[in-house]
Amino acid sequence: MRLEPIENPTVIRRLGLPAAALAATFLVASLLAMVAGANPFSVFGLIMKGAFGSKFAVLETLNRATPLIFTGLAVAVAFRAKFWNIGAEAQLYAGALVTVVLGTGFLPWPAFAILPALFVCAILAGAIVLLVPALLKTRFGVDEVVTTLLFNFIFLLFISMLLEGPLKDPMGMGWPKSARLVPEARLPRIVDGLRLHWGFALALISAVLVWIIQTRSTLGYEMRAVGLNKEAAAFAGIPVNRVLVKTALLSGGLAALAGFSEVAGLKGSLTLDLSPGFGYTGIIVAMLALLNPLGVVVAALFVAGIFVGADSMSRAADVPTYLADIMLASALLMMVLAIMLTRFRVVRG
Amino acid sequence: MSTHPEEVLRLDGITKRFGELTANDAVSFSLAKGEVVALLGENGAGKTTLMNILFGQYTADNGTVSVFGKTLPPGNPRAALDAGVGMVHQHFTLADNMTVQENITLGTRPLFSARLDRKEARKRIIELSERFHLAVSPDAKVGSLSVGERQRVEILKALYRDVRILILDEPTAVLTPQETDDLFATLRQAIANGLSIIFISHKLHEVMAIADRVVVLRHGKMVDGVAIKDTDKAALAALMMGAEATPPAVAPANPGETLMELKGVSTPDIGSAPGLKSVSLELKAGQIIGLAGVSGNGQAAMAEVVGGQRVPVTGSLALSGLEIPQWSPRKAVESGIARIPEDRHKTGTIADFDLTENAILERYSNTPFSRGGWLDWRKSRSFANEIIEKYDVRCPGPDTTIRLLSGGNMQKLILGRVLEAAPQIILANQPVRGLDIGAVNYVHSQLLEARDRGAAVLLISEDLDEIMGLADVIHVIAEGRLSPAFNRGEKSPAELGLWMAGQGFEEPARKQESHHAS
Repeated sequence: MRLEPIENPTVIRRLGLPAAALAATFLVASLLAMVAGANPFSVFGLIMKGAFGSKFAVLETLNRATPLIFTGLAVAVAFRAKFWNIGAEAQLYAGALVTVVLGTGFLPWPAFAILPALFVCAILAGAIVLLVPALLKTRFGVDEVVTTLLFNFIFLLFISMLLEGPLKDPMGMGWPKSARLVPEARLPRIVDGLRLHWGFALALISAVLVWIIQTRSTLGYEMRAVGLNKEAAAFAGIPVNRVLVKTALLSGGLAALAGFSEVAGLKGSLTLDLSPGFGYTGIIVAMLALLNPLGVVVAALFVAGIFVGADSMSRAADVPTYLADIMLASALLMMVLAIMLTRFRVVRG
Repeated sequence: MSTHPEEVLRLDGITKRFGELTANDAVSFSLAKGEVVALLGENGAGKTTLMNILFGQYTADNGTVSVFGKTLPPGNPRAALDAGVGMVHQHFTLADNMTVQENITLGTRPLFSARLDRKEARKRIIELSERFHLAVSPDAKVGSLSVGERQRVEILKALYRDVRILILDEPTAVLTPQETDDLFATLRQAIANGLSIIFISHKLHEVMAIADRVVVLRHGKMVDGVAIKDTDKAALAALMMGAEATPPAVAPANPGETLMELKGVSTPDIGSAPGLKSVSLELKAGQIIGLAGVSGNGQAAMAEVVGGQRVPVTGSLALSGLEIPQWSPRKAVESGIARIPEDRHKTGTIADFDLTENAILERYSNTPFSRGGWLDWRKSRSFANEIIEKYDVRCPGPDTTIRLLSGGNMQKLILGRVLEAAPQIILANQPVRGLDIGAVNYVHSQLLEARDRGAAVLLISEDLDEIMGLADVIHVIAEGRLSPAFNRGEKSPAELGLWMAGQGFEEPARKQESHHAS
């Protein structure tokens, strides 16, 4: 058996296969739900209800989607240029760290300037964290998959050290937890009384901005050209290495905003469980979105919905929440397969 | 055709078409026991396609392959291997992290077998390597071996499988002259042991040194099959590159001022292909300069220097008399150099970009295509439409992915992209390779038109017909060195063939090569 490229995939092929991938995902999940002794239809019903069934559920899903939009965008931007940033987790924590360091009362600035300053500094922190692997790649050819991945562990241990040491909240009863942000450093809620902060709006705006950059700006054009064919891009005069570095700065900045928005919008302080793998889940989000920035929003809502819905489903139907992880993992695998099959057909012999 | 007593391989009327391109056109030849047949031809002449058909990777549209009198079933990769044909590819197929012995025996034993027969295998490998002068230790890790040693492992691999016919694809491309001599000693030993060899190459002196007979391919057709004793290097070069047709009537050139000048330019070698060796060249307005030469003799380095991808190590580059301090592809485009690259699929276009995106590839950062970092898709699209109309690019529209276009239409888009900027200098590197005759004529007429409005054209080609037909002045490049300028009609194809074979230069070419090989 071998693969043969398809010159011009039909619309049916391009839309039908991803749909089939989602259907297959639900089939796998159904089988597992049955193994757990539950009716798959009621399981999916409970997930839907838990994710979107009430005002509280919807807000919870939107809150959960917020960091995923940021990390999903970070990955989508980088992958588009074939810069494999697996380190959104580290950049997220870099953003969170800067937010906490500067937002707990260090800045002697007027109240209105604090949030914009935190926002900018968080972006810079994430950008700098990804700048190191980008320079290692462009200068010495070091594989960024390895460096960005390992940076995740290094950074998490670094944060852990800080939380046990200099950043430890003196009022924290011994927990490895930072001090709380001053009130002026908190992202306000979009509507009073509803538990949804401005981080979600920032995420939506970012998605639109990234989309505009990718489709309208020369930088976006360069990033796509480098991603599709480095050799032709270099021949045409596109400064490939400089484009890769710019891509890394943008990607790192976006991932850092996830940390900024989680700390300033939701948690108010930094702990080691700030991110349950948002950086890695961002890869799933970006792949499900086929690297389209607007698709990232939809994919993030889908993924967040499954997580939030599975939590409440688990309580009601006594099916473990791991079902959510399996659903996402199989959705990713099926989607990658579907993408491949839209461009290639399997031929015997 | 063959009157030799024992014929081991016969290709009969092999024809293979890829769309508009005929890669092999009724190619027939045979190989006798103990004979070395060289398959000579430029890149794209159809050598690889022919071997892929022999090995069942492709199915021929017409014709048959027979080994030891038995016709091979088409499209079955195992058939040739089972019949005793082995091939050493240009790019080795070895596992770096395994030993020589493991690499050689890999795949010769069933996957699950009680006995490994390591001792027996080892004995056989040592015996083979002594018999064929292939000195290599069975226990060495392949990753630690030199390129020449790896090639020996590949040959051992074939011999271990008892091949009777050995095909070597450009075996010397990666070797130093000394290693080449060792390889030839091995091949002579193989012949003495009754093997037959097909030697694929475009290096004339090696073909002369090792082959009994040579089969010349050009544009997929078999041009000639001659015995080595009846021919010489110059004749082979002329055969390989063509020049049997009379050049078409082209209005005489009207050369103007010098637009670009290379003075004593040298560049490092690119892999096994030589760099430029102290090359001086003047490109004059209203003139086509043809760069003739057997491929892999420095043409790539020349194209890179003129096109901005490479900065000369020594020597200087001047545009209209002014020396260029910095040199890059973008600088070249901004200096009014139109670049038609050798490989339009890999370097000329981005396959998944549409026509509009490809049309602005070199100038997207300039007005009118962008302003302050933001692209103007409306203007870019109308530019693409302009090219489509003016250069007759056959396509559904500017939003078509360029991958879907034929080679000729792709080349027309590239032509439009570079010529619409009214360039002063045009670098055309193999501009018609792989195109059908209609597209060839179109590209040529565009180059002539550009010349007549005062552009300087540097035409690099491995097709002597093309050079002799178009160029006002011809230089021959061999081993990275440039011949003097010859005017149109000054030299016959046979005389140019001598230069291409490296004769006529002040110092012998081989000396220089062996100097930095050790």
